[in-house]
Amino acid sequence: MRFLLNRLAGACMVLVIVAVMVFMLTHMAAGDPMALLLGDQATVEDIAQARTQYGLDKPLPTQFALWAGELFKGNLGQSIFLQMPVAQALLERSEPTLFLALFAVSIAALIGVPCGMAAAIWRGSLADQALSGMAMLGASIPSFWMGLLLIQLFAVRLGWFPASGYGDPGMGLGQRLHHLVLPAIVLGVLNSALIIRFTRASMLDILGEDYVRTARAKGLPERVVIVQHVLGNALVPIITVLGLTTAVMIGGTVVTETVFNLPGVGNLVVRAVLRRDYPVIQGTLLVIAAIYVFINLMIDLLYTVVDPRIRLGGV
Amino acid sequence: MSVDSRWSLQLRRLFARKVVVLAACMLALIVLVAAVWPAVSGADPNAIAVSERLRAPSAVHWAGTDELGRDVLLRIVHGARYSLLIGCVTAAGAVLLGTLMGILAGFFTRLDAPLMRLVDAMMSFPDILLGIALVSILGVSLWNVMLALVVVYTPRVARVVRAATLVLRELLFVDAARALGVRTHRILWAHVLPNLMSPVLVQLTFIFAYAILAEAGLSFLGVGVPPEIPTWGTMIAGSLEYSDRAIWTVLFPGLAIVLTAVSLQMLGDGVRDMLDPKLKKAV
Repeated sequence: MRFLLNRLAGACMVLVIVAVMVFMLTHMAAGDPMALLLGDQATVEDIAQARTQYGLDKPLPTQFALWAGELFKGNLGQSIFLQMPVAQALLERSEPTLFLALFAVSIAALIGVPCGMAAAIWRGSLADQALSGMAMLGASIPSFWMGLLLIQLFAVRLGWFPASGYGDPGMGLGQRLHHLVLPAIVLGVLNSALIIRFTRASMLDILGEDYVRTARAKGLPERVVIVQHVLGNALVPIITVLGLTTAVMIGGTVVTETVFNLPGVGNLVVRAVLRRDYPVIQGTLLVIAAIYVFINLMIDLLYTVVDPRIRLGGV
Repeated sequence: MSVDSRWSLQLRRLFARKVVVLAACMLALIVLVAAVWPAVSGADPNAIAVSERLRAPSAVHWAGTDELGRDVLLRIVHGARYSLLIGCVTAAGAVLLGTLMGILAGFFTRLDAPLMRLVDAMMSFPDILLGIALVSILGVSLWNVMLALVVVYTPRVARVVRAATLVLRELLFVDAARALGVRTHRILWAHVLPNLMSPVLVQLTFIFAYAILAEAGLSFLGVGVPPEIPTWGTMIAGSLEYSDRAIWTVLFPGLAIVLTAVSLQMLGDGVRDMLDPKLKKAV
């Protein structure tokens, strides 16, 4: 119980620091969003009035207090350019990003887990070296570059998949998912590198355990040893890393979304950055960081359920 | 065993693996070409030749020309200087700051919680997103990209160094030094820091590779290096809309990124295997 409370308090602290950092970040920025919003025709008085309207004329600590107070009420603020609440803008953009992240993690898991297991079981063999080499290659390819090449091949030359966008608003789920195939392949293949390495490492950890030696010594066939003794135990860390990959990907699809021109959260941030739309930048960064912290916390809690040593040890 | 012979033994073990030798040679070649070629040829990577625009690879232009008729290979070679500079400065900066943070958090119990919560907070932003936010605030420039990437990768180093320091702190030789009345800063400098070399070295090579990839990503999004500086990232970003007619303008700079990053990671992997006592025993 003490572990849980500690962990919860830690997560809350992290969230507070995240909020302060997000606020500081966007307010250290050069460039006045009001001047950008109102254009060249605006007079000094116009800009001053707009600043008052958005509360940008108050001292920073006051602005932070106001902002944090609204956050507690679930209000992420109002976008300066989109004329809608930040929360609504995020919600509208969340579908492509969420589907893309889940789609990509599935691909990464389908490639990464079996390959990592194979590499661990036949450790040191040619297959292991080839797989490890491929994993390293995957971690060295820029996602936007791979996206560009795939677009050239599968969209422009072969015409199998759309090159960009997310289809027209009224389109069915199948159509929308069809638009996600290429970006999901890019993210899935590149992220499978991490999964391969991680699966291999955790399988090797378990393969070195005494109980595996015992299982082999009592004459169990290797297949049974792997499936019953190794896989089950190796799966917990693998699921952890899959969870974390999903969390990272929700915010990490920025580049891929831009290549494929998907109207997702990443796209929203990039546009907000270019237009200095502070509330949108703040809101998105905060929500993405919060999702990450939350998933992390969930994984830790899951650990305590699975492994009583952590719960009782009072780490 | 003296320190020198220990290092030479380690080096010999490192280069016993063919892959590591290959990676090291590849990197040496890239650095050499980047250093020598521009000085020898003296050609301007930004020289515009409109009559030569978007030419396919040929005997004259080995990697073709881009939308302004600039030689792609020449720009890749010049770009190597910037991309390597960014990787090198970012890795060095992140390792220095991260090691400092990690040692402080790992050695001084009172600093541990606040520093690590800060690290947790920074790591809860995806790398690329934090990079975008920082560059957009600092402004688009070569140095600001490096500064932003140092901030992005420092927490990663801090976490690794803290974990290693926590282990070292409990070891007998640190206790012994303390019992002998050795001052804290001397313990850190002479006893803790040298033993952190191996994890830090591994981080250095990996961050070097990640920084090159991240710069390319940021430049692609328009919040990286200014377009007139030829880095591998800005080259791809600049020729983007011509990629269906002149695939070589994006293909070759990308290959340069992949080749460099994969070599660095192989080297880092080799260093890790060499320094990991668990693996040594098993293989």
